[in-house]
Parts: sequence; structure tokens; C-alpha cells
Amino acid sequence: MASGSILNSKFFNILLICAFFLLAAPFSKAASAEDSTKDPKEKAKEAILEHIGDSHSWPVLGKTTIGLPVILYTDKGLEVFSSKKIEEDGSVYAGANYSYKLEGNKVKVVDASGKVDDATSKKVWDFSITRNVISLWMSAILLLLVFLSVSSAYKKREGKAPKGLQSFIEPLIVFVRDDVAIPNMGYKYARFMPLLLTVFFFILINNLIGIIPFFPGGYNLTGNIAVTGTLAVIILFVVNLNGNKYYWKHIFSPNPWWLFPIMIPVEIVSIFSKPIALMIRLFANMTAGHIVALSLISLIFIFGTLWISPVSVAFVVFMDCIEVLIAFLQAYIFTLLSALFIGMAIMEHH
Amino acid sequence: MIGTLAAVTTMYGNIAALGAGLAAIGAGIGIGQIGGKAVEAIARQPEAISKIQTNMIIAAALVEGVALFAVVVAMIG
Repeated sequence: MASGSILNSKFFNILLICAFFLLAAPFSKAASAEDSTKDPKEKAKEAILEHIGDSHSWPVLGKTTIGLPVILYTDKGLEVFSSKKIEEDGSVYAGANYSYKLEGNKVKVVDASGKVDDATSKKVWDFSITRNVISLWMSAILLLLVFLSVSSAYKKREGKAPKGLQSFIEPLIVFVRDDVAIPNMGYKYARFMPLLLTVFFFILINNLIGIIPFFPGGYNLTGNIAVTGTLAVIILFVVNLNGNKYYWKHIFSPNPWWLFPIMIPVEIVSIFSKPIALMIRLFANMTAGHIVALSLISLIFIFGTLWISPVSVAFVVFMDCIEVLIAFLQAYIFTLLSALFIGMAIMEHH
Repeated sequence: MIGTLAAVTTMYGNIAALGAGLAAIGAGIGIGQIGGKAVEAIARQPEAISKIQTNMIIAAALVEGVALFAVVVAMIG
């Protein structure tokens, strides 16, 4: 490290080599010649969509997967079985109430002849623990471990300089407080700090683990519109439940009275369009990042030659560096805009 | 016009890609303006760098949000 630049370090070179082999791992499924008649372009598209979507099993390496519980609430009662039983293409599992089959990512009910029964499938509620649910729990446990240890360190070492993990986390917390919360919310910031810190670190850790290309990572949780939608709904409620009389007056009584019919609908739309923009921004940014990285690797298979691999690996390493930046930036922007919206709702007019 | 478009679409692929490209042009112009003006402002007033940066990122996020709306619509449509 004497030269100072991270690019010259041995550690970085080893990482570069590891990144090359590990990035190829998720594709061993697509690369294996299951049906060579298929267009490589189509196969690449399938593999990418499979990677960025949710799934009922948890891929470890190549075709090895961990089965996850499938929990179905049917009109005849609850049904629980392992996803290993329906994982193979077209395999049917005979449960207590119906028989089930996996079609794409959805569990469908099949009748005796093996055909998908759409009418009954609609009555089945799928509460399965999917890959995204497992990865959400994993990152939640990780966050709890990190922050419980940090907070206990603050209690133990009160008044002393931070140490270890504490000194890594403290600048981020101070950054959220001084650069995000206080400029946008003023002196009332303390009430919203827990929310902002939770949102910031939840998005950050999921973005970062999502970039890791091998087993426990590599999921696309913050690129799942349901997850970002939930975060956005929380912000919607926080903003509107904390809105003071100036906030509501701004919405329901614009200044010249004849603007009522135009301004009130516009303001009501703007209440909902802000969280929707938050949702779409995070979802589209993370999904786009994953798609770009995977498409660059797919180029090797689309062109069908190994000579393209130096180019695509170089681009993927470049993209991954940008993705690390984007992981921080998106967590920051989501928190910043949330703080801005909350600040607009609680500001006193003068 | 519509007929030509339909013919082109069937020959070369989805016209939604065109929408995504147009959105990228719009966002490129927007973010370019924001970045350029922010650098100018920082050159004039280096002491205001943190405030300028925050506002730059907010504005860039809003522009990007519109572009991403267009990309999502293009992907679905």
C-alpha cells in the first residue's frame, strides 16, 4: 500500500480475478447446453430476468439450490412444502388439497390431467418464503448485529473516542444527521432520525449485498418494486400524519380563491406522486444496474466466443465500481428526499 | 407514417426501445446542464461547495426520476 493507490495493491488484483470467475457463476445454468437450438440472445434474456426477479428457491452455485418453504393458503386450508419438490421443470407436487406446479415464478394448481387450472389458481394465496424474503431477513439480522454492537459500544465507552466498527458507522450516522436531517427539517429533526437512519442503512446494505455476485448476495431486493413501494408508503404515511396546519392549508386553500378547481387536484396528485417517484427511482436504478452488468457478461454467450471476454469483464468491473457509487447515492437520495418531504410538511411558516 | 412505423417495428424489434433512447437524450441534456452549471457555480464560489452539491444532487435526482419513468414505461409497453 506504499504507493497509496488502491489500484496498485495486490488485494485489488486478487479481487479482480475473483470477480471474473464469480461473475460467471450465475450463468453456468444459462451456459450449460440444455437446449442448443435456442437463440443465445433469448437465453441471455431469460437468465437476466431470472436473476433480477424473485424465485422460490435460493441458487447457491450453478444448479445447486437451497429449497425454501412454499406456503399456500388455499380455500381448503393451509399447505406447506419445500420448493425442491416443484423445482424441476414441469414436476408436479401432489399436496393435501391440490397438485401444484411451478410456472415461471408462480405456483399454479394443476388438475388430474396435468393442465394448469387457472380458476383454482386464483383462489390460492401465496405466502411463500421466497429468495427476497430470506435475503431481507438476512440483511435485517446483519443490520441488527451491527447496530446493536455499535450502540452497546456507545454505552460502554461513553465520552471516549469511537473504536472498531463504531468508528466506521459513526461518520455515516453523523452524515445523515448533519447533511440530511438538520438542513431539511430544522430543529425538529430528532424525532425523525430513527426513521431516516433505518431507511438509509436498510437501502445501503441491500444495495451493497446485491452487488456481491456470489451465494449469499447477488439478489435484487432494492430492485424489487414491492420492497421500494413499501418504503415509499411508509414515507407517505410519515409525511401526511406529521403534516401541520400550514401543510394542509397549502394544499386545500391556494391563495386566489378562483384557483381552487385547478390547484386542489394538482396538490392532491402531488401528495401521491412524491412517494411514487421515490419508489420508481430506487427500483429502476437498482434494476438497471443489475441488467447492465449481466448483459455485459451475456455478450460472451451472445457472440459465442471467448475473445470478447476481456472487453466485457473490463466493462463489468467498471460498472461494478459505478454500482458501488450508485448504492451509496441512491440510499442518500432516498433519505434526502424523504427528509425534504417531511421537512416541507412540518415547517413553520413565518 | 404509422404504417411505416409498424413495418419497421416488425422488422427490427420493439419501438419501446426508441422511447427509452429519447428519454436518455432528455435526461442527458438535463443532467449535463445541472452538472455544468454546478461546476460554474463552484468555480465562482468555492466556499459554497457543500450547499451547491446538495442542490445539484436533488435536481439531478428529479431529472433522473422523470427519465426512469420513461424507461419503465418503455420496458412495460
